[in-house]
Amino acid sequence: MSAVLAVADHRRGELRDVSYELLTAGRALADDVGADLHVAVISGTVDDFAPKLDRDGVDTVHTVDYGEEFDHGVYTQTTVQLATELEAQYVLTPNSVNGLDYAPAVASRLDVPIVTDTVALESDGDELRATREMYGGKVETTVSLSGPAVVTIRGAEWPAAEGTGDATIEAFDPDIDEDALGATVTGFEEVAGGDVDISDADVLVSVGRGIDEEENLELIHDLADALDATVSSSRPIVDSGWLPKNRQVGQSGKVVTPDVYIAIGISGAVQHVAGMKGSETIVAINTDPNAPIMDIADYAIQDDLFDVVPALTEQFQ
Amino acid sequence: MKILVPVTEVTTVEDEFEIEGTAIADRYLGADLNEWDEYAIEEAVQLQEAGLADEIVTVTIGPDDCEQTIRQALAKGPDRAIRVWDDALADADLLDVGLKSQILAAVVDAEEPDLVLSGVQSGDDSFGATGVTLADAVGYEWAAVVNHLAHDFDDDTASVRRELEGGVEELTDVELPAVLTIQTGINEPRYASLRGIRQAQRKPLEVQDLADLGIDADGLESALTLEEMAEPESETDVTVWEGDADETAAELADLLREKGVAQ
Ligand SMILES: Cc1cc2nc3c(=O)[nH]c(=O)nc-3n(C[C@H](O)[C@H](O)[C@H](O)COP(=O)(O)OP(=O)(O)OC[C@H]3O[C@@H](n4cnc5c(N)ncnc54)[C@H](O)[C@@H]3O)c2cc1C
Repeated sequence: MSAVLAVADHRRGELRDVSYELLTAGRALADDVGADLHVAVISGTVDDFAPKLDRDGVDTVHTVDYGEEFDHGVYTQTTVQLATELEAQYVLTPNSVNGLDYAPAVASRLDVPIVTDTVALESDGDELRATREMYGGKVETTVSLSGPAVVTIRGAEWPAAEGTGDATIEAFDPDIDEDALGATVTGFEEVAGGDVDISDADVLVSVGRGIDEEENLELIHDLADALDATVSSSRPIVDSGWLPKNRQVGQSGKVVTPDVYIAIGISGAVQHVAGMKGSETIVAINTDPNAPIMDIADYAIQDDLFDVVPALTEQFQ
Repeated sequence: MKILVPVTEVTTVEDEFEIEGTAIADRYLGADLNEWDEYAIEEAVQLQEAGLADEIVTVTIGPDDCEQTIRQALAKGPDRAIRVWDDALADADLLDVGLKSQILAAVVDAEEPDLVLSGVQSGDDSFGATGVTLADAVGYEWAAVVNHLAHDFDDDTASVRRELEGGVEELTDVELPAVLTIQTGINEPRYASLRGIRQAQRKPLEVQDLADLGIDADGLESALTLEEMAEPESETDVTVWEGDADETAAELADLLREKGVAQ
């Protein structure tokens, strides 16, 4: 029986949602190639994680009781050893910041290709076809490769696996070369605190790189004042220091679910959308009809923000 | 300390475009210095200004066309550039992570930098995996998605912050030599000065092919093949308001009032 090996993500005592989605993606791929689905959970409270990962479709959960938090050296060495022992056809990890910190090294050591940030997968046993975006989400591509591979999956593309499975739960004891562990995690810090919590707002006026210059932000503040709304933004605005970190929506910022989210000059890159797609109503103001934000918006104005925003503000004065 | 910065020229796409076969038609494409690399270059230059780095070398995989982008990078401060290209690479419609890393690894072996600062990802194909693959290939340590680097390297260690999801940062000590993939926002990239642009024209730009790097072009192939390209389908039934700005703003105002906004 060949194998698909999925490696779960967890942080500070919690399995991350994408770990359950990984089980669904892994099961489908295992079905495609007639393989068993093996799941590994490495470091931390693995005996507590294992039953949670035993959901429908999982054949074996391997617990690796070594260290507390993510260490890319431990993850790399363990995953390589387990994949080799199982002769895994595919190794699957989340396309998370930690996934990208070890999955490429696993591929390198197994000497197999890596394909990252996939949104759909299909295999005939030898050829893997993976769907992924290019050009900031403007196009979707299908790439193929043959033979074994390491694959990372995008969050929120597969449904979470459900139910309770009847997986075998077994401990895997990796042979860790401690001299080769050259990166040491010394702590964590929460950033993006402060007085404003954009995740509480009912209406967000959110601004992106389309605003062009810092002084143009006044247009956005004027609109937010007129609407009695809160200002948030995409990442480049925060990177430029025009708004504080606590205003950033997205993967590395805040997740928001307002009644109305008005995206102004924001293209809708996946890391941004991860923070706002749960909004009740999404309005996009963008000159580009092909901007990915248009694909998730409920209402759109395809026009210049410098014309539309002042006109909108005027409607409320 | 010597720093190597891999610099990518990314393909940019106009708002409106057409797909022909498995590619966007050339007439809609442009080129630019990869956004993430701007931050990697700036970080290297700041380390040099702080007296911590002696030399900054950039390396780019790409045809002659990208020399303008390389000069653009040099104008911001690096000392010299290497460009790697080969006829064997010209036919590939996609250079996969393994192939790029193999080439960069040969450059690292030749240059022996103490620190490699790459971007987190390239803005066009966004694999986000080349830096870490390179690190493993050359036996360097690494850290992915770094948004702070302490400007001292006591005990031959780089103290970094890795930007995790949800506003959490991980503090990590990474032994040198290392590859760090640099995230936007780590610094404020400078604009090239006129003097910098002038000087960039005279900085050494060495061109190497695969044979120069000791790579056998024969067995070299991208493991990934591009099979299809399409515009993504809309996930929602979007209502697009037509008309001039006053008309569309009025439509949106009606919607907002209906939703009870500003009342
Ligand atoms: C690990 C990682 C984490 C990340 N985390 C986040 C995150 O948390 N949040 C986040 O937002 N991004 C994040 N990003 C960055 C993300 O990939 C994008 O680069 C970013 O979201 C782009 O921001 P933008 O849409 O404002 O800019 P762009 O993509 O440059 O889009 C600007 C938009 O403005 C439009 N426009 C331009 N001029 C006008 C005009 N006059 N009128 C109307 N429209 C106009 C353009 O058509 C375009 O669609 C992350 C990236 C990585 C790799």
